[in-house]
Amino acid sequence: MQMPEPDSAVIARRGDIVAALRRIVPGEGVIAEETALRAYECDGLTAYRQLPLIVVLPETVDQVARVLRYCREHGVKIVPRGAGTSLSGGALPLADGITLGLGKFNRILEIDYPNRCVVAQPGVTNLALTQAVEADGFYYAPDPSSQIACTIGGNVAENSGGVHCLKYGLTTNNLLGLELVTMEGEIIRLGGNHLDSGGYDLMGVVTGSEGLLGVITEVTVRILTKPPSLRALLVGFGSSEEAGACVSAIIAAGIVPGGMEMMDRAAIHAVEDFVHAGYPLDVEALLIVELDGPEAEVDHLVDRVRDIASENGAVSVRASESEEQRLLFWAGRKAAFPAVGRISPDYYCMDGTIPRHRLPDILSRISEASQRYGLGVANVFHAGDGNLHPLILYDANRPGELEKAEEFGAEILTLCVEMGGVLTGEHGVGVEKRDLMGTMFSEIDLKQQQRLKCAFDPALLLNPGKVFPTLHRCAELGRVHIHGGETRFPDLPRF
Amino acid sequence: MADTIQPADEKGVQDAVAAALSDAMPLEIVGGGTKRTLGHPVSASGILSLSALSGIVSYEPEELVITVRPGTTLEEVEAALADRNQCFAFEPPDWRGLLGSDGRQTVGGVVATNQSGPRRLRAGAARDHVLGARIVTGRAETVKIGGKVVKNVTGYDLCKLIAGSYGTLAVMTEITLKTLPAGEKTRTVLLFGQDHAAAQAAMTEALHSPNDISAAAYVPEAIAGRSGVGYVANSNAAVTAVRVEGPEPSVAARCAALRDLLGRHGDVEELHFHNSRKFWAEAGDVSAFADGSDPVWRLSIPPASAPGTVARIAADIDCDFFADWGGGLVWLKPRGAAEDAGASTVRNAIADTGGHATLIRASEELRRQVPVFQPQPAALGALSARIRDGYDPAHILNPGRMSLQTTLQTTLPTTVRTGEGG
Repeated sequence: MQMPEPDSAVIARRGDIVAALRRIVPGEGVIAEETALRAYECDGLTAYRQLPLIVVLPETVDQVARVLRYCREHGVKIVPRGAGTSLSGGALPLADGITLGLGKFNRILEIDYPNRCVVAQPGVTNLALTQAVEADGFYYAPDPSSQIACTIGGNVAENSGGVHCLKYGLTTNNLLGLELVTMEGEIIRLGGNHLDSGGYDLMGVVTGSEGLLGVITEVTVRILTKPPSLRALLVGFGSSEEAGACVSAIIAAGIVPGGMEMMDRAAIHAVEDFVHAGYPLDVEALLIVELDGPEAEVDHLVDRVRDIASENGAVSVRASESEEQRLLFWAGRKAAFPAVGRISPDYYCMDGTIPRHRLPDILSRISEASQRYGLGVANVFHAGDGNLHPLILYDANRPGELEKAEEFGAEILTLCVEMGGVLTGEHGVGVEKRDLMGTMFSEIDLKQQQRLKCAFDPALLLNPGKVFPTLHRCAELGRVHIHGGETRFPDLPRF
Repeated sequence: MADTIQPADEKGVQDAVAAALSDAMPLEIVGGGTKRTLGHPVSASGILSLSALSGIVSYEPEELVITVRPGTTLEEVEAALADRNQCFAFEPPDWRGLLGSDGRQTVGGVVATNQSGPRRLRAGAARDHVLGARIVTGRAETVKIGGKVVKNVTGYDLCKLIAGSYGTLAVMTEITLKTLPAGEKTRTVLLFGQDHAAAQAAMTEALHSPNDISAAAYVPEAIAGRSGVGYVANSNAAVTAVRVEGPEPSVAARCAALRDLLGRHGDVEELHFHNSRKFWAEAGDVSAFADGSDPVWRLSIPPASAPGTVARIAADIDCDFFADWGGGLVWLKPRGAAEDAGASTVRNAIADTGGHATLIRASEELRRQVPVFQPQPAALGALSARIRDGYDPAHILNPGRMSLQTTLQTTLPTTVRTGEGG
């Protein structure tokens, strides 16, 4: 992975930059010592590491605005960072860039029940949002697996998902408002605690922009009433085809489960050895189907799903009869990543989405590639929305194996695109999938995306080297190409 | 009258935009022509009609995905979805009565104006259901945005930007939308005789209950009298309504729970299938304000602020109103004709709420004078303008639709002339 060539002139000015930042953020908010910088050298994509030039931890919106204005005036790059849990390298530092950590923005500012929303600073964790309102019967729906640690600001930047996306949407579908500091140091408000925006939906494009458009300093999320009843079914199948057909049949029956997860044999065995959730070991695919809502509805749908599962060849069906049992059903799935971590020194988590009916095809292609690369793979899958998480098993201490795992991963993601899917369902492009963007988008498509970037950050100082394989200068992108002189389309009617 | 060009395919659209670009002759983009009076009047030299770009490209109910050409009528698409017991969850409304237009509305028009009905409260807006598209920008370039699967975060979410941009950034040539199962049953519980504040409190109570409300509205007595639903029209009272949808046993249980809950505030009644559907169609379609040309405002504000906001407006101008989206969407019609259609009163009243007010219906003359869309702070306005310049630098697509500025840009920004001419 090639990052943009660091600007040695900026690195040479490091002392000046540190001094300038200390005038903006007093006290210990500017980190320049190597040992302390080490804590920021990577995010959740630990294969890539880079010491940042400087880390700054502002405490007020005004400080964020002044830091950005300084960076813009002095041509210094900046990488925003929440909790650093990104799995795609979105917060990977730059040798010639400042990492702007928002960890000190950790307060919930307002809980507004009449309007069913919570206003929080970006450094508040995803789980803390739910914890702040659950005693009153509410929760925040998106629940990425890192929800204990990941921040709402990071969730917005990555448009994070979780296991409940099919029914409740991604972060973007649960947001009402944002406060954003632009690279010019302007503080703008997008949305509020009402629905929809008046002009262009800038909140919509900032969400999932991976820190390339601005720095989020406040977030307003919608909260929902906690469903009174939750039950899960654990359904085993002799083949992934049957499991896939069952998922389709559930949706065709008009049922949108709160969660619908699938695991393959390798994943089932890894987690069962680890957490002893009582998963059947003699099946090729396991589905967890969770129904949530009013009690009358949940009990009714549990029965229907049970019937559908049997009609689709399920070899075992169990429905949770207590909250403890439901949590136990989930315990295995939720522990899938650490469980795989036990059976392999390292693993590499992929995140493509496919049209669901292609599941058997892609599983057989992955299995074929697994043999070819000589690397094991365990598959967990947000089955409801076609979001696949193959975990490639490798050992980073064996020379060449990381590269092999990456090549295998790239092959899987390219397959996802070829099958009509996309490179990433919820983890983001970051640096990880940056060079694969060309498999999904043409040069013209990518240039148009970058024109959005130019409207926000014409000097390309915010998180450069992420998402886009080629950095085009904004002046070049701004030009309009017109075929000169003669009329280009002589056969078209003229007005 | 401006000439109309009606391309049959995407290449035709691209050629038309390229010609408009090279001639600096702006285009008005039209689908079924049912919403041409939304926004400011467009000053264009020609009309680009997308009605020939029609038809369902693919529909995979099990994937919850449909791809259509923009000129496909909503009627055709909704019929195809209904055949498979699915729907667009955002419940696109029909504003032909409100806007006094005929013709048939298209999917492209619904997406371009981000039009969502009563279920927006629970299911999200039209733009939340746009998964991907092919567009021709004002640079005459054909661009793919988004994908064709329900979960995707690859690159910027440009679908959000295009949806609701009123054709001022790009011309859509293909749209992929998320579909969802239609609720098996629908029922609506009515509560009679509340004033606005009490109704707001009742809706909030219902929405905070675990009954999974899919729509909630408040209709004052004067408006209720215009309903085609007998229970509503003959009630001689203001009506607060909440809807539940889903499987039969669930709907029955929730309906009973809501009758108990709301029954503590006053008399209740319930609407079943046809009546329920009719009531919510009237709310989404703004039927109460159909058949007229007086100004109509649409306010999106924090729901709890609605009673106070409406009271502030009513203190200044005599008006009719009703509220949807749990109270947060207020439809308001001034009774007398104020000089600015009531703009200053309405916008002053919502200023503290952070919400926005759109002048949905007004004469062409008024729409030339009054900001139709909520005016933006300078920094946000400048950012939006730069975004537009990235898509349509020569302002040849629906110029003026979203801003009062209708003057044409006759000189193009930094242009590069290529080729030797022809």
